[in-house]
Formats: sequence, C-alpha cells, structure tokens
Amino acid sequence: MKLSEAVVGVRNSRVWRSVFRAGTGDTNLHRSLAVQQNVFMHLASVKVRRRALDFGVTWYLGTLSLGCFLILVVTGILLMLYYHPSVPQGYADMKDLQFVVSAGVFLRNLHRWSAHAMVLLVFAHMFKVFYRGAYRPPREFNWVVGVVLLMLTLFLSYTGYLLPWDQLAFWAITVGSNIMSAVPLMGAKTRFLILGGNTVNANALLRFYVLHCVILPLIAVVFLAVHFWRIRKDGGLHTGEKTHE
Amino acid sequence: MSEPKDFTASMDSDSHRTPVRVAFVTRRTSPHVEARDDKNVMTYPEVLLRAAVAVEVLLLGLVVWSLFWDAPLEGLADPMLTPNPAKAPWYFLGLQELLHYFPPVVGGVIIPTLVVMALIVIPYFGINIEAEGFWIKDREKKMRVLGSVAVALVAFLAWFNVYAVLIPTVLIAGIMFLGAFASPKPGRLRRWLDSKPLSFWIMSWFLTAAIILTAIGTFFRGAGWAWVMPWSAE
Ligand code: HEM
Repeated sequence: MKLSEAVVGVRNSRVWRSVFRAGTGDTNLHRSLAVQQNVFMHLASVKVRRRALDFGVTWYLGTLSLGCFLILVVTGILLMLYYHPSVPQGYADMKDLQFVVSAGVFLRNLHRWSAHAMVLLVFAHMFKVFYRGAYRPPREFNWVVGVVLLMLTLFLSYTGYLLPWDQLAFWAITVGSNIMSAVPLMGAKTRFLILGGNTVNANALLRFYVLHCVILPLIAVVFLAVHFWRIRKDGGLHTGEKTHE
Repeated sequence: MSEPKDFTASMDSDSHRTPVRVAFVTRRTSPHVEARDDKNVMTYPEVLLRAAVAVEVLLLGLVVWSLFWDAPLEGLADPMLTPNPAKAPWYFLGLQELLHYFPPVVGGVIIPTLVVMALIVIPYFGINIEAEGFWIKDREKKMRVLGSVAVALVAFLAWFNVYAVLIPTVLIAGIMFLGAFASPKPGRLRRWLDSKPLSFWIMSWFLTAAIILTAIGTFFRGAGWAWVMPWSAE
C-alpha cells in the first residue's frame, strides 16, 4: 500500500472523521468545509482574493508576527520547565540552561531572538498597513485592535526582560519603572502595584513572571482572535485600487 | 456646473446603512478602468501553505541566528552596583533618549501618551477618499494652521535642544509645504507627494523621529548618557 493511500485511509476512518468532518477530496466543497468546520480556522474566510497573497501587498509581516508569537509560546513553555521565578534561583536557572540542560542555550537564544524579531516585525507590520492605506474604513477598528496588540507585544517583551535576573535585566526594569513614577497623581501607586514594592525586588520578579507567562499571553490570544476574525468581517485584506500594469 | 450635488462623499463602515458605492473621477485620474484580477483562491490549502512556508523560513532564520549568537547574560543582579549607562531594551531607547532632553513628565508620560492616542485616532480622521491633492481645498487655511503648528513644534524642540528631531521635522514639513505651491509641470514624484493626506506626513515624521532617536540611544550613548561614537573603544 502506498503512503498516500494510507493517509487517505486514515482520513476517511470513522475516528478521524469524528474529529475532522470535512473528509477527503479536492473539491472546493471539501476545502470550504475544512475551514468552516474548524473552530480555529473559521476565524478566516473560506476564500481570499488571489491578489491578497501577492508578496508586495503585506510582505507577510502580519503572518510573520504570528509566526514569532507561536515560536515564543512553544519555546516559552519549554523554558518554564526549567525556570523558577525567585531570587537568586532565577539567575541560577539561566546558568543551568547554559551549562547543564541539553540545548538549553539554544532554547534560550531562540526565545530571546524571536522576541526581538517579534517587536521589530509588529512595528514593521503596522507601518506597512499604514502606508498601503489598509487602516481606513471599514478597517479602522481592526487598526485599533492592532494598536492594543502592539502594546501587548511591548509589555510581553518588557516583562520577559526581567526574568533572567541579571544586571542587564535588573537595571533595564529599574530605568523603565522609574519613568512610571513620573505619572502625575497615581504614578507612584501604579509603580508599587506593578513591582509589589518600592524597588525592583523578588516580588517584582514574581509579578512580572505571572504577567509574562499567564496574564499577557492570554489577553494577547483573545485580541489576536479578534484581529483575524475582523480581517474576515472587513471583507478580507485591502488589496488597493491599483490595477495590474 | 453650479447645480447642487445630490450626493455626499463619505465613508462608513456600516454597509447596511450606507450600501452605495460611488466612484470618484478626480481631475488627475482618468475614467479608464482596466480589468481587475479579482480571482479568489481557497484558504485551505492555498493560504495555509503560503503562511506555513513564510513561518518556516522565519523559523529557519531564527534557528540559524540562535545557533551562532548567544543571548546576553551578565552577572547576578546587584541593586548596589549601577551600570553606567543603564539602558532599557532597544525598543524603549528612543523613549529613554527623549528623557535625556525633556523632564520625566514630558518625555516619559505626556509624549508617549500622545503617541499612543495619535495611533488610535489615525483611521478616524483625514481619510481623503477622493485622493485629490491635499492642498486643493482650503489652501490658505491649511497653510495658516499647519504653518503655526510647525513653527510651534520647531520652537518647542529648539527650546529643549532636541536637534535630532528638529532637523527631520523641518525637512518633512518642508516637503509637505512644497505641495502648497503649484508647480507648472508637476512630475510623478511631485504629484504623488501632493496627493498624500495629513496623516501620511504625521506618520512619516513619527517614523523618522523614532528611528533616529532609537539609533542614537542604541549606538551613540555611553556613560552618563554622553555622546559617544559606536566605534570608539569603551
Ligand atoms: C501581535 C501582533 C500582530 C499580529 C500577529 C498581526 C497579524 C496580522 C495578520 C496575519 C494580518 C493579515 C495580513 C498581513 O499580514 O498584513 C494582519 C492584518 C492587519 N493588521 Fe495586524 N497583526 C498584529 C499587529 C498589528 C498592529 C500593531 C496593527 C496596527 C496598529 C495591525 C493592523 C492590522 C490591520 C489594519 C490589518 C488589516 C489589513 C488589511 O485588511 O489589508 N496589526 N495582522
């Protein structure tokens, strides 16, 4: 039996069909069902304009931002297996990743560099959307959702920055949180709330850890879902008024 | 040609309330319409495949990068030992650079808040759907208002010695005001610039300033936030 036949056999089995109802086949009906019948996929429309897939329209920057987010979720969960959010254990865990854990350095590198890449790509995506005019009605609300996603991306990156508990982390967060105290009236209070104290200490590390690993990712997933759903509801990607030359 | 218009030009995101689409033929566009390739493709598998390839290439790049460059890890955090300079992550260095010029309330609170608010309201104003030249309507008034804003901004930046932002501000405002003075035979670039809405100029100004400030904060600041050349030894 050939492999392809085996695959078709599995996909037509009762168990598989109970999960994925679309079934096999290369008709457009099957392809539509594959999207429609899947809770995650149905955030997207069944069909898109061919031109929306041209590289020049989006430079795939939104897709790549999502790609970074997914890489970060996977590597982040793996890092959580080795990391304790306490002083000075958090720092010792970094050293363990470096010298004890197999491929620990690689895991940490991939998480860290993907985080930097995500910030860069999300900014680039925002400017690309702006310069091709895709923020205009009816997409104005999705732009606002995007601004929220940008803020979340920055907060995610910033809260993660403290976790290694090295000099770089500690002082970067100290510099940043000092800016917070400049907010009139509630600056000092907000700072106290976020740090769990008056200085960056073990409480701050724990709060940043919870924000970084639980609260912010959950909020981000919700807003990402809205973002993608809205693309579909706003009539697909904006492909511009240009005609083919 | 002085009959009153029986339509209003507007945009609305509620397709039930405003179901009518109007095509504008402005003086710089011709009514000639080319056939548009509006073919559709199936999301599954076409879009998924492309997205997967894009993410795969990204992953490959990041993996290679991670194999050759290690993430920084300095000594254990020590609250008694302040590094000089203490720098925020790169994406906040533009902000940190602003704090060098302005008092904390201005650089750390008012300006960032204004930037975020400006980003949010962008799609709600100055949409320029008719894509006609920015300066064609209300030229005098626009020149007066925008001229005052530009002068006030430049004065504000000069007051705080923020030349790193002042120079691009003058340049971009200059290019924008170029459009207010009719050119006898506008070239393609000139026509393109003239058609840009105000939000385009504001965003380009913001992008330029952000890149310059971030680059300065990242590469040109040393101990005591003094100016250093990136190639000069520590
Ligand atoms: C976590 C961050 C983000 C992710 C993962 C993301 C993802 C995406 C994706 C996959 C698309 C489809 C097309 C494309 O690649 O351009 C898209 C479109 C869009 N994004 Fe984002 N985005 C993010 C942040 C932002 C930000 C910061 C903005 C703007 C402030 C924004 C505004 C938009 C708009 C308006 C569209 C619709 C474009 C159109 O209809 O042509 N997004 N986004």
